[in-house]
Amino acid sequence: MIEIKNIIKTYKTGDVEFNALNGVSFTIADGEFVAIMGPSGSGKSTLMHILGALDIPTSGTYFLDGKDVSTMTDDELADIRKDKIGFVFQSFNLLPRTTVLRNVMLPLIYEGINASEREARARKSLLLAGLDEGHFKNLSNQLSGGQIQRVAIARALVNEPSLILADEPTGNLDSKTSEIVLATFKKLNKELGRTVVLITHEQDIAEHADRILFIKDGLLLEDKINQIKKTVNQK
Amino acid sequence: MKIQDILHETYSSLSANKARSGLTMLGIIIGIASVIAMTALGAGAQSSIEASIQSIGSNLIIVSPGAQRGPGFQVSAGRGSAKSLTLQDVSAISAQVSNVRAVAPEVTSRYQVTAPGTNTNTEVSGVTSTYSDVRNVTVDEGSFITDQNVNDISKVAVIGPTARDDLFGVGSDAIGQTIRIKQQNFKVVGITKSKGGSGFNNPDDYVFIPISTAMRFLSGDQYVNAISISATDATSTTQVQADTTSILLNQHHISDPTQADFSTLNQADIIATASSVTGTFTTLLAAVAGISLIVGGIGIMNMMLTTVTERTREIGLRKAIGAKKRDINLQFLAEAILLTFIGGTLGVILGWLISFAVTYFKILETSVSLSSVLLAFGVSALIGIVFGYYPARRASNLNPIDALRYE
Repeated sequence: MIEIKNIIKTYKTGDVEFNALNGVSFTIADGEFVAIMGPSGSGKSTLMHILGALDIPTSGTYFLDGKDVSTMTDDELADIRKDKIGFVFQSFNLLPRTTVLRNVMLPLIYEGINASEREARARKSLLLAGLDEGHFKNLSNQLSGGQIQRVAIARALVNEPSLILADEPTGNLDSKTSEIVLATFKKLNKELGRTVVLITHEQDIAEHADRILFIKDGLLLEDKINQIKKTVNQK
Repeated sequence: MKIQDILHETYSSLSANKARSGLTMLGIIIGIASVIAMTALGAGAQSSIEASIQSIGSNLIIVSPGAQRGPGFQVSAGRGSAKSLTLQDVSAISAQVSNVRAVAPEVTSRYQVTAPGTNTNTEVSGVTSTYSDVRNVTVDEGSFITDQNVNDISKVAVIGPTARDDLFGVGSDAIGQTIRIKQQNFKVVGITKSKGGSGFNNPDDYVFIPISTAMRFLSGDQYVNAISISATDATSTTQVQADTTSILLNQHHISDPTQADFSTLNQADIIATASSVTGTFTTLLAAVAGISLIVGGIGIMNMMLTTVTERTREIGLRKAIGAKKRDINLQFLAEAILLTFIGGTLGVILGWLISFAVTYFKILETSVSLSSVLLAFGVSALIGIVFGYYPARRASNLNPIDALRYE
């Protein structure tokens, strides 16, 4: 459960103050598939950072599963990210020259989970993300773009987060691979009940979600239930 | 984060850049190896000097007439003031000073010594039977000067191996042969064992004869050139030296110690002086080696800073998935420490091999001390911490958002 109330984020460049977010409020219930959409400079990245507990707002409150994240220290934020959030980045951010399994196990290392359980959970996540078992021992730089992003999704899943936060997950992928990756998110949401928040600037990507939040100039412009149900071609 | 995970991360990131890690480590290896080798060489030099000082006798106090000139044998300064010690002084010392094991007077001068067909110029020492014990002279063949020889004023001689080689040929059997010193015939009754060179005078180029014979036929007077006193143990040498001084002042009726017509030299003082000289050199060598260790440490810091910059995005990712500052800090610190630790271990091995080679090729008898190994390990770990701290701190303080965006 995400409750955002009147979030303001101010950046200072020299003497100039700039509000990247100017009082945004919304609620996302567990199990929703939401797209946050907006052109570049709209403040959606800032919103993503706050939702992902990478940053705290200048004012306003952010409750994640009943916990006030908006006033936490760096270490407390790290704990929130470790336990409640799974990130999928546009640029994948896998460790180079490292096996797929080890990449997926990485978040569990910081939880202090023992090696055998780590591997079991990583395998489970990878299968959920739709990667063939044959690739598990491959090095991350031996995979294709679509496979890499599925490894990244598996990594986001492995700590069983309350929220999967995908920042332009298809930005570096061709349209066909994009469809597959989006289908994976949809499957995680529909079949496993994961909360997925997708940040994008593309309308047709956003339309895969059930609900779309339009952000512009640091304000929530529109909060609509998506009527266009896109059918995703799995082939 | 568990220790084995930190070690695994550390290992994989160090092995990802083998050439760089290896070269950086080389700085530490050379630094540690030179510290180990230098201190081993210093310790070797020190023990070699001490051994050669010890070879002139143990717990030795040497009384010489006139001005003090140095350890061991005193070259006669000519007649006059230097003639101040007598056999009465020797008996006074043996009778009155406590903790004395043995007293050995000697009458020494250089003479032309001849054997049939050859001759040499060497030291001729009139000694008593105690001399061999006090001055660590051991007899290889035959026997040393006995009390009987001294009492009988016998014309017998015990010669050093160098003197034997010069007079009768290398390794020849000289026992029973006759040598001539100052128109007197002496029968060779013993050959001493070689002591090896010990600096200014060759302890193997000697001819020993009974002291009574030397007084009667060679020097022609009752004075002795030196009195060697062996104390019972190392701790009593100072007391023996002090007592000897006061007894001799008394014997010579001198009330002002600064006017003494003799001087005493304590072997412990010579060793202490020599040790402090070699100790200074060892410190100097180790300091030079230590500088290379610091340079190696700077190499580590340089590499770690490069690594942190290169892996900025990775650090951002690790933070995004829940790594705390402490986790990142530990990981990078562990890398630096592992580098210096492996470098230190290899350095100790290399340093030991160098000192082993120096010993093996008989350049110097070296010894690698446990303390220098422990010190080297401690210093290398410390270098890892000191020079790894700043890069690790820099990594852990990176903002995850900026780090993830870093190109």
